Amino acid sequence: MAKVVVVTSGKGGVGKTTSTAALGAALAQNGQSVVVVDFDIGLRNLDLMMGAERRVIFDLINVIQGSANLSQALIRDKRLENLYLLAASQTRDKNALTEKGVLQVISELRKKFDWVLCDSPAGIERGAVLAMKHADIAIIIANPEISSVRDSDRIIGLLDAKTERAKNGQEVEKHLLITRFDSSRAGTGEMLEVDDISDILSIPLLGVVPESKDILSASNLGIPITLSNKNSTSAQAYRDAAKRLNKEDIPIIIPTKKRNFLAGWFSGRAA
Amino acid sequence: MLAQTRRSFSFQGRSFLAFVLAPSAPLHDWVQELEAWTAKSPDFFSKKPVILDLSGISLNKADFTEFLMLLRTRKFRLLSIEGVDPDWLEPELEPLADSKHNKDFQIAQSELVKSSLSVLQNTPDIKTLILNNPVRSGQSIHFPSGDVTIIGSVASGAEIISGGSIHIYGTLRGRAFAGSAGNEKARIFCNRFEAELLVIGGIYKSPENIDKDFYGKPVQAWLEGKMIKLKQME
Repeated sequence: MAKVVVVTSGKGGVGKTTSTAALGAALAQNGQSVVVVDFDIGLRNLDLMMGAERRVIFDLINVIQGSANLSQALIRDKRLENLYLLAASQTRDKNALTEKGVLQVISELRKKFDWVLCDSPAGIERGAVLAMKHADIAIIIANPEISSVRDSDRIIGLLDAKTERAKNGQEVEKHLLITRFDSSRAGTGEMLEVDDISDILSIPLLGVVPESKDILSASNLGIPITLSNKNSTSAQAYRDAAKRLNKEDIPIIIPTKKRNFLAGWFSGRAA
Repeated sequence: MLAQTRRSFSFQGRSFLAFVLAPSAPLHDWVQELEAWTAKSPDFFSKKPVILDLSGISLNKADFTEFLMLLRTRKFRLLSIEGVDPDWLEPELEPLADSKHNKDFQIAQSELVKSSLSVLQNTPDIKTLILNNPVRSGQSIHFPSGDVTIIGSVASGAEIISGGSIHIYGTLRGRAFAGSAGNEKARIFCNRFEAELLVIGGIYKSPENIDKDFYGKPVQAWLEGKMIKLKQME
């Protein structure tokens, strides 16, 4: 049974696209067939994160409008043969998405793949609503700051109101993925704590991804972090999150400040 | 403190003459008579305030909405609506008038001294809305006909508007409007107080004017005179 997942947040710049690429690659590494779909029509980025920007000939809008068929528009990843990308159109806008067209594409993808990961645009308008419309599972990306958390809360409300599942009286399975978690500022009160975010949003936690310069370099190289830098703690956090999506029971590690001998000594002196 | 030295915002009650339009069953015939009447004098109702009394006929919500549309297209200026389920009145619709119940209420108040229990027994249709899920940012719960109970939290940017009291078994981070139709006996209860705004019977209190000690505590709020009072609950 294929699972349709929407990666969403409300707020922009929190790491939706990075997370879609990283989780997609991690799920594919586990041997499952995966397609990542960019719903950010007009501001596409997922192709860059996947390193496929020069290979996009047909996109989601071409498929919806019937000027290309799905197999022509699916781009196979060069590193993992069971990972595919369906790019967004950069020259069109979100009005080119139609409800009927989205339904048709998603139902076709359901037949071909184990996982369909939809990268939602920011905001709560048409594009974001269409991206979540057919989702079975939602991954809500939040950063440890209040504006991001409140926007995520708004999106959870929409998931309970505007999705097909909600309309059929079912529930969309929701998971919280906290990204850009700065371990050097954890516990100092400068940043929201993981417990506070979980409490406010009251949905289960899928993982905590630490802020890392590895992520920036991975996106500049066009390689999902889970493929480019396997030893990075961020890559590990995404890999674990992907396993939890597969219902594996793995304890969640919350990144904390690294304490070396000197730091301990200084704080001891100060107290 | 500045706010108290200023003259407070006040409301005045005044009596006006308004037409009461009371349709009778069968509604179809009544509408035809009305059409005949307005055909003769097309602007008769257009500049007159009208109160619609629907207590003489039984309608469902869909019929009610359609009937309102019909009156609007015929340029009726509805001041208020009487004799329908308060839950049908979406926020954008005309407010509910309740001449009968107002009389009842006055009697009830004078009897209140004797026995508050009898008042409860005299109002059989007490309604409660119970929500089993948290109220998310941007959501607005509007329940003018009774109490609202939420099993979960109310997020920052969410609002609860209740005709009666509000009970929150979780954290109140958003805005709570109790006694939205002017019920000054309404109260607000929450397990954890982090509210953005409290309103009871039209009286506001913003967190700036609330003692910081209440923050994060279980709290109840009620109206005393023209002031909202708060107290920590055990």
